[in-house]
Amino acid sequence: MTASDYLAALLLISGAVFFLAGTLGLLRFPDVYTRLHALTKADNVGLGLVVIGLAIQAESLAAVGKLLLIWLLVLLAGASVSYLVARGALHKGIRLWKR
Amino acid sequence: MQTFYFALALFLLLNLFAGMWRVLRGPSPADRMLAAQLFGTTAVAVLLLLAQASASPALRDVALLFALLAAVTAVAFVRRAWPEEGGERDGE
Amino acid sequence: MEALGLLQWCLDGLLGLGLLWLAWRALACSDLFKAVVLFIAFGLLMALAWVRLEAPDIALAEAAIGAGLTGALLLSALARLRAIQANGTIVIPAQQAAKVQLSRWLAGTILLSAAIGLGYAITSLPPEAAGLSAEVTANLAASGVGNPVTAVLLNFRAYDTLLEMAVLLLALLAVWSLDGLPTAEAAAGPVLDTLARLLTPVLILVAAYLLWVGADAPGGAFQAGSVLGAAGVLLLLAGWRLQPSLAQLPLRLALVAGSGTFVVIALLTLLSTGRLLAFPPAQAGTLILILEAVATVSIGVTLAALFLAAPPGHKEKL
Repeated sequence: MTASDYLAALLLISGAVFFLAGTLGLLRFPDVYTRLHALTKADNVGLGLVVIGLAIQAESLAAVGKLLLIWLLVLLAGASVSYLVARGALHKGIRLWKR
Repeated sequence: MQTFYFALALFLLLNLFAGMWRVLRGPSPADRMLAAQLFGTTAVAVLLLLAQASASPALRDVALLFALLAAVTAVAFVRRAWPEEGGERDGE
Repeated sequence: MEALGLLQWCLDGLLGLGLLWLAWRALACSDLFKAVVLFIAFGLLMALAWVRLEAPDIALAEAAIGAGLTGALLLSALARLRAIQANGTIVIPAQQAAKVQLSRWLAGTILLSAAIGLGYAITSLPPEAAGLSAEVTANLAASGVGNPVTAVLLNFRAYDTLLEMAVLLLALLAVWSLDGLPTAEAAAGPVLDTLARLLTPVLILVAAYLLWVGADAPGGAFQAGSVLGAAGVLLLLAGWRLQPSLAQLPLRLALVAGSGTFVVIALLTLLSTGRLLAFPPAQAGTLILILEAVATVSIGVTLAALFLAAPPGHKEKL
C-alpha cells in the first residue's frame, strides 16, 4: 500500500464515520427538523469525503469529474429537498422539539 | 485495497438497514421520506465504492442516476403526497 | 483472498435477506404511505442486487424506473386516492370469514407448489451454463454496436423491443382513457423553481449521455428514456405545463414516433432483405442509433404523460 492508498483509506473511513453519524442522528434525534440536519451531514460531508478518497484512487480525470458531479448533484438535491420538507412540515403543524 | 472497499460497502449497507427503523417507526410521513433520502445517498456511496473495487466505471453512472432520481422522488413527495393544508403561500 | 470472499458473501447475503424482508414488510403494511416508501427502498436495493449480479444495464433501468419513476407515480396515485376518499366513500364489502380462510389456503398451496417447482428447476440447472454469450460474442462485430446487451435488444431481438414500445403506448392509452382528473398544481416557491431549472438540463444531458454511451458500455434507449421521463415528471411537479399549441398534434407525434419508426424500419428491412428487422451489417450501427434516439424521446414523453394521467388540455367533465 502506497502513501496515497493510506490517505485514501483515511478519507474513506472518515466519510463512513459521518455516514454512521447521519444514521444515528436519523434514529435518535427528537423531531423532523433535527433529523433533517443529521441527514445533510451524511449527504454533504460523508459523501464528500468518500468522493475525495475515491478521486485519489480514480483511474482517469474523467472519472474524477464524474465523481465530483455526483457529489455536487447530491449537495444540490439535498439542500433543496431539506428546505422543501422542513417548510412542508412547518405548514403541516409539526412542532419543533423544545428541551 | 479491494478488501477495504468491500468492508466499507458492507458497513454502509448495515447503516442503511439500521435506518429502516425510522421508516417503520415514523411518526410523520416526512420522517419516512427522510429515511428514504438517506438510503439513496448511502446507496450512492456503496455504488461508488463498488465501482472502484470491481473496476467497472459503469457503476458510477448508476450512482449518478440514483442521485438524480432520489431528488425527483423527494419532490414528488413534497408536491403530491403531502399536500398543504388550506391556502398556498407562494413566494415563501 | 479469504477475507474478500467472506466480505462479498456477507454483502450479498445481507442484500438478499434484506430484499426478502422489505418485500414482506411492504406488502404486509396497512399504512399505504409506509408501504410506498418501503417499495422505493426495495427498488434501491434491487438495483444494488443487479449490480452485484454484474448486470449494470438492468441496474440503470431499475434505478431510473423502479426506484425513481414508479415511486413518484405511486405517491401521486396515493394523493389521488386520498382525494377520492375525502370526497366520497370507497366501500369494500366485508368478506365472510370462511371465504377468506379458503382463499388463504388456496393461495398458500399454489405458492408452495410454485416454490417447490422453482427450487427443483434451479437446483437441476448445470453449475456452469454457457447460455448464449458465445453466440452473441461471435456475432457482435456484425451487429453494429459493442455492448452485447444493446446488440441483443436492438438487433438480434429487435422484434421484442418493437412489441415493448407498442405495449408502453397501449399503457398510456389505457391511462388516458380512464378519464382521470388533472391536478391543479399550487404555485411553486423559488427553491423548487430553481431546483427544477437546474436539474432538468442535467437530466436531459444525462439522458443523451446514456443514449450515446449505450452503444459500447451499459446504457441504451430505455435507460435514457426513463431519465428523460424523470425530467418531464420534475417539470410537471414544479408546475410547468405544455403549451396548448404543442399539446395536440406534436405531443401525439412524439408519443408515436418510437414505435412508428420501428414499424417503418421493420417494413423497409422486410422489403429489402426479405426478413423482418434484419439489419445489413454495414448500416446496422446507424440504424440502431436512429431507433434508439427516437425510442428515447418516445419513452420519455410517454412516461411523463403517464405521470400527468390525463391528456393535456383535458377538461373535467361535469
